[in-house]
Amino acid sequence: MALDRWIALILLGICLAYGYTAWFTMDAGLAPFMRRAPIWPSTFPKVLSVLAIVACLIILLGLEKSEPKEADIDYRRLGEYHLGQAVLLLVLMVVYALCLRPLGFLFSTVGFLMIGSAILGERKWVIMALVSIIATGVVWYLVQEVLGIYMRPLPGFIGG
Amino acid sequence: MLEGLLIGLQTALSLQNLLMVIGGCLIGPLIGMLPGLGPMSIIAIMIPVAISMGDPSAALILLAGVYYGAIFGGSTSSILLNAPGVAGTVASSFDGYPMAKQGKAGKALTVAAIASFAGGTIGAVLLMVFAPALSSVALLFHSAEYFALMVVGLSAIAAFAGTGQVAKAMLMTLLGLIMATVGEGALFNLPRFTMGIMDLQSGFGFITLAMAMFALPEALFLVLKPKVMAEGDDGEIKDLRITRSEAKSIAPVVGRQSIQGFFIGVLPGAGATIASFLGYAVERNIATKEEQDEFGKGSIKGLAAPETANNAACTGSFVPLLTLGIPGSGTTAILLGALIALNVTPGPRLMVDEPQVFWAVIMSMFIGNLVLLVLNLPLIPYIAKVLMVPRNYLIPFILFFTLMGAYIGQNNATELLMLVGFGVFATALKFADYPLAPLLIGFILGGMLEDNFSRSMQLYDGVAFIWERPMTLALLVVAVLLVLLPSFRARRAKARAQGVAEGD
Repeated sequence: MALDRWIALILLGICLAYGYTAWFTMDAGLAPFMRRAPIWPSTFPKVLSVLAIVACLIILLGLEKSEPKEADIDYRRLGEYHLGQAVLLLVLMVVYALCLRPLGFLFSTVGFLMIGSAILGERKWVIMALVSIIATGVVWYLVQEVLGIYMRPLPGFIGG
Repeated sequence: MLEGLLIGLQTALSLQNLLMVIGGCLIGPLIGMLPGLGPMSIIAIMIPVAISMGDPSAALILLAGVYYGAIFGGSTSSILLNAPGVAGTVASSFDGYPMAKQGKAGKALTVAAIASFAGGTIGAVLLMVFAPALSSVALLFHSAEYFALMVVGLSAIAAFAGTGQVAKAMLMTLLGLIMATVGEGALFNLPRFTMGIMDLQSGFGFITLAMAMFALPEALFLVLKPKVMAEGDDGEIKDLRITRSEAKSIAPVVGRQSIQGFFIGVLPGAGATIASFLGYAVERNIATKEEQDEFGKGSIKGLAAPETANNAACTGSFVPLLTLGIPGSGTTAILLGALIALNVTPGPRLMVDEPQVFWAVIMSMFIGNLVLLVLNLPLIPYIAKVLMVPRNYLIPFILFFTLMGAYIGQNNATELLMLVGFGVFATALKFADYPLAPLLIGFILGGMLEDNFSRSMQLYDGVAFIWERPMTLALLVVAVLLVLLPSFRARRAKARAQGVAEGD
């Protein structure tokens, strides 16, 4: 089964769960006076769930014929691309998200930019450090002073 | 209208807004040139900046400048490197790149710049004429018609998705609508589908979703498969002049394609990409025999046609956004989201309630196109150097800006985890050839669609509004036809193919 039909299968599961909630469980908590209204909070989701399930099934059963296209990236040969770099960068983004509060903006960002370049194969450490530090400083200044949004600059234990 | 023009001119010529135009017209081409980064990513990244400025006119002027600037920049990399930065400029490389290989890169860039300028400017004139007319019609619409109109818009987007893609585009639209129902709606004050998670109480963040759908997958694709930069010419770009006879030969092309491109841009779902391909095909078909042989080998007509059409289509796509509040493309959907975040609801009331926003944007388009022409034409050789920025530095920065955009909107680290999660999901969708723009359009229109649907249901005490209002019924029939037509046509084509071969 091709990837697009696997995705349709997963989405079908999501739509079924969504539809089940809309049709069967959601209205239980509805106040009595709202039951007299022509429209309930569940009305629109009910319509959507039916249409989405139909669309999933059309893709899953292959009812709509499509000619195979030359994709930009062939996912069947994913291993031949720089998959490792992409996954590492995603992990780095998650780590950044988790570090932003405890480590503060300045440290996390310099680290993120440097490690990000390093993952991609850059090895000129001095230039990397300079670029990261200057960029972090500029962005922090813009966000903090120009846009006026507070971000903790330094780790808590230094007093940021 | 004269009064509106003057208000717009006054707003657009303020120092802040002039800076916005110039800024947008510099940032747009710079990033649009980078192969693999489309206007949607750039605009998604620019949104947090635009929103925090707090002034809707300035925000829209900046984002619009970035938009047509990116299309302009995309043509530069199409011509010089045969690596289109933007899908809408793929057709420009058909004739632009051969010209550059023949050593006429300077001339090609000039033709592209002039064609873009003319397309954008004529498009803005048409926008000025048609938008007020359309919005005065739209003022007669009730919520039932609005609901139907949005359904038409959404199904047109699915219908234009291409053969074999209609069901996928439809599913993506519906998924967007489904995601829009998560959280607390304005109408019911009840949390829906939050699964008890506090962070979902206010629904999914629009900026997070926009970044996850466009910027993140594009960046990941760049990591997975570095775009091969075709070897350009020796980098010398000289002789930017075009001769009088060349100007004469492209003038009718520019005229026709401005108008055609504009109207294609107005249609929901058909944007700059379709306009440029269609423009190229039409001009090739109506050219004389000798000129037809030139197409694909460096014809200036073949370059002028898609360049004019894509810029005119960009401008045209503002018509449904500004008059009906219904975006027809991913880019205008992001603009709509930004406007809503700034407390401006685009739609027919926009011209009445906030004429300065409406007219300032149109006026800024004239200024922006002029800025692109005079600022970028002499700078092109230097800007092209941006293409040399090592991707090792570029990609971490793109990722960082997507993270920042999601973070400063919500000030919440959970938002960043959602961004990464949705980004991975969107990348998988992109692998499987699902279109992503319909999802975001559905998500942004979802709230309005449900509100109008609910209001009509309440007014008519049920679904009677569908057949009691002829206009609504007609629009809904159109919507159904739009979705069914492509598969019907495909079936008929197949039945025909079994018989004799048809000539085209």
